[in-house]
Amino acid sequence: MAADAPYADPFKAVAEQKYKYGFVTDIEADRAPMGLNEDIIRFISHKKNEPSWLLEWRLKAYRLWLTLEEPHHWARLDYPVIDYQGYCYYAAPRRRGDGPNSLEEVDPKLLETYKKLGIPLKEQEILAGVTEGIAVDAVFDSVSVATTYKKKLEAMGVIFCPMSEAVQNHPDLVQTYLGSVVPYSDNFFATLNSAVFTDGSFVYVPKGVRCPMELSTYFRINEKNTGQFERTLIIADAGASVSYLEGCTAPQRDENQLHAAVVELVAFDDAEIKYSTVQNWYPGDEEGRGGIYNFVTKRGACRGRNSRISWTQVETGSAITWKYPSCILQGDNSSGAFYSVAITNHRQQADTGTKMIHIGRNTRSRIVAKGIAAGRSNSTYRGLVRVLPRASGAHNHTQCDSLLIGDRCGAHTVPYIEARHPAVRLEHEATTSKISEEQLFYCRQRGLSDEEAVALIVNGFCREVMQNLPMEFAVEAQKLIGISLEGSVG
Amino acid sequence: MALIEIHDLHAAVHGKPILRGVSLSIAPGEVHAIMGPNGAGKSTLSNIIAGRPDYEITGGSITYENRDLLALAPEERAAAGIFLAFQYPVEIPGVTTTTFLKAALNAQRKARGEGEVDVMQFLKLIREKTQQLGVSDDMLKRPLNVGFSGGEKKRTEVLQMAVLEPRFAVLDETDSGLDIDALKIVAGGVNALRSATRAFLVITHYQRLLDSIIPDYVHVLAGGRIVRSGTRELALELEATGYAPFGQGSAP
Repeated sequence: MAADAPYADPFKAVAEQKYKYGFVTDIEADRAPMGLNEDIIRFISHKKNEPSWLLEWRLKAYRLWLTLEEPHHWARLDYPVIDYQGYCYYAAPRRRGDGPNSLEEVDPKLLETYKKLGIPLKEQEILAGVTEGIAVDAVFDSVSVATTYKKKLEAMGVIFCPMSEAVQNHPDLVQTYLGSVVPYSDNFFATLNSAVFTDGSFVYVPKGVRCPMELSTYFRINEKNTGQFERTLIIADAGASVSYLEGCTAPQRDENQLHAAVVELVAFDDAEIKYSTVQNWYPGDEEGRGGIYNFVTKRGACRGRNSRISWTQVETGSAITWKYPSCILQGDNSSGAFYSVAITNHRQQADTGTKMIHIGRNTRSRIVAKGIAAGRSNSTYRGLVRVLPRASGAHNHTQCDSLLIGDRCGAHTVPYIEARHPAVRLEHEATTSKISEEQLFYCRQRGLSDEEAVALIVNGFCREVMQNLPMEFAVEAQKLIGISLEGSVG
Repeated sequence: MALIEIHDLHAAVHGKPILRGVSLSIAPGEVHAIMGPNGAGKSTLSNIIAGRPDYEITGGSITYENRDLLALAPEERAAAGIFLAFQYPVEIPGVTTTTFLKAALNAQRKARGEGEVDVMQFLKLIREKTQQLGVSDDMLKRPLNVGFSGGEKKRTEVLQMAVLEPRFAVLDETDSGLDIDALKIVAGGVNALRSATRAFLVITHYQRLLDSIIPDYVHVLAGGRIVRSGTRELALELEATGYAPFGQGSAP
């Protein structure tokens, strides 16, 4: 035979994963001593100049957390017991003077970092003709370093700021809603987060206001052995609507970094919250060394009539993903949606899905979950649809599709369905498929490389979910799918 | 000078010899037809030209534009101007015909060091071609080949050929499963592409297609070898005699 290359087994996973966000920013940081105890929590609270009720809340969470056990039983995830004393719980880029009040005061090294990541922190960097712009809150390790378009949003009454700033400037709103959807006692990781959370975004959209631009937060873990514990709270008052997007990356490191976030959404009558995530934390290398442990609790409460919450997630990163963005459908006629793409490659493990809790009458939910597994990875969909006795006329439609690339990976679907009302409609569809040699050859005959072909086929497989992303990010997310599957064929 | 020169090609699938010394020379501007009974190796030949994995080349060579074709990956062959119209076009769920075709065109252009076409240029190009071929807008918006009828699939293959403008196109039993109207549309698309710089290899079991796509040369492939070559008259003769004189298969 003339050459091996054109006839090589297309599913042999050989090429190295290229994680282009793996650089480290060399910047001086304020760090808390390693480890976790009540003094560390007091240190964080003091750094952030918090009111005493918040410190007490943190301590209550911490004391409860000490009694809880790290969950290792039900999720299809294999990870060592985490040494929580081996992490630093507060790291902040050292401020010049009193800290930045405007972009001009932000350390140029940080601006450079976000520029490398492709995140627009300059307000004039507007995507041509698509929207008026995207307001960005950039969180670097434990603190928010910049928030754009604040003034413009304030004029409409929209509050978009770092959580630590909201604690200072809008303490009543924070005290009312913090922990109202995910209580501090919710689960091991949420309880840990409640004790040590550092920053995150706060959004309040007043009655009847449609937020005029995409709000977005960009999370970056930079420091070594640092946990990131952000807390995000979004409130849409009656008739309000907002679309929010978060993105995440981290440097390439051999140790496992910990990320345990909590996100709470509250939607009142006729309000709508659309929450999108593009998660691209460092996934570890092809042998499974390093990578982020991503344990996240996300929940939305549709408190009002006709309220709507939708979660869209594109999960490509992290060594371990443990994440179930959920909707509590309390208001009559409220609706929840979960659109998910979870891609795992090499040794990544993802156990992700949703919970739809139908409480109000005529509540509707829709779940579209697309799992793609390559290399030696495992991807699990785990979802709960629960209909409570008052929820007459509830309707859920669930669709779970798995796509396997190669023959050493696994895809699993674990649906839990509980109906306590006779007049409801619950539908579940599931498929599992493989990218076939025929599809690959067909694409290559038309000029696409193996990797381009896989990216195209996977994007087609995910189309229903990708269509729900804000347009500005859909193109990036499509590229990301291609990048995360690099090395899955070749 | 030949555009593609196949010399004493031997090939096997899973250790079983299929081609046993095929030689064929095709010059720019020519249309060659290969006919033959089932199992003669017609599809094997087209797949090997396109570079499908799983075929073992046990001897011989293929030279295309003075390059060793067998050393190139399938996508490199495509960028060099080789196109295969598949006998069984593959479904790509969720990827519209337009998206697929734009990705293919730009991948080829990139490989050739040409600039990528933008959305507007592409839509203009595809609109021109669809009108010629009677491909509906609806087909362009549907996921490639998913739920397409046999005729729609083959028309889409010819549409792709028209957009990608290959220098050497192989049509692998493009006529199979087509009714006479669909056949005319497909043949019309091929004829519209005939030019002095482009060559075609038309593989068919039936002479019917060659009433619409008139070949310059006709070859009979049987038992892994080209056993007879001639002009169009050979196809007509085969219609009368069948493949029985070549030792296998039955009359069409």
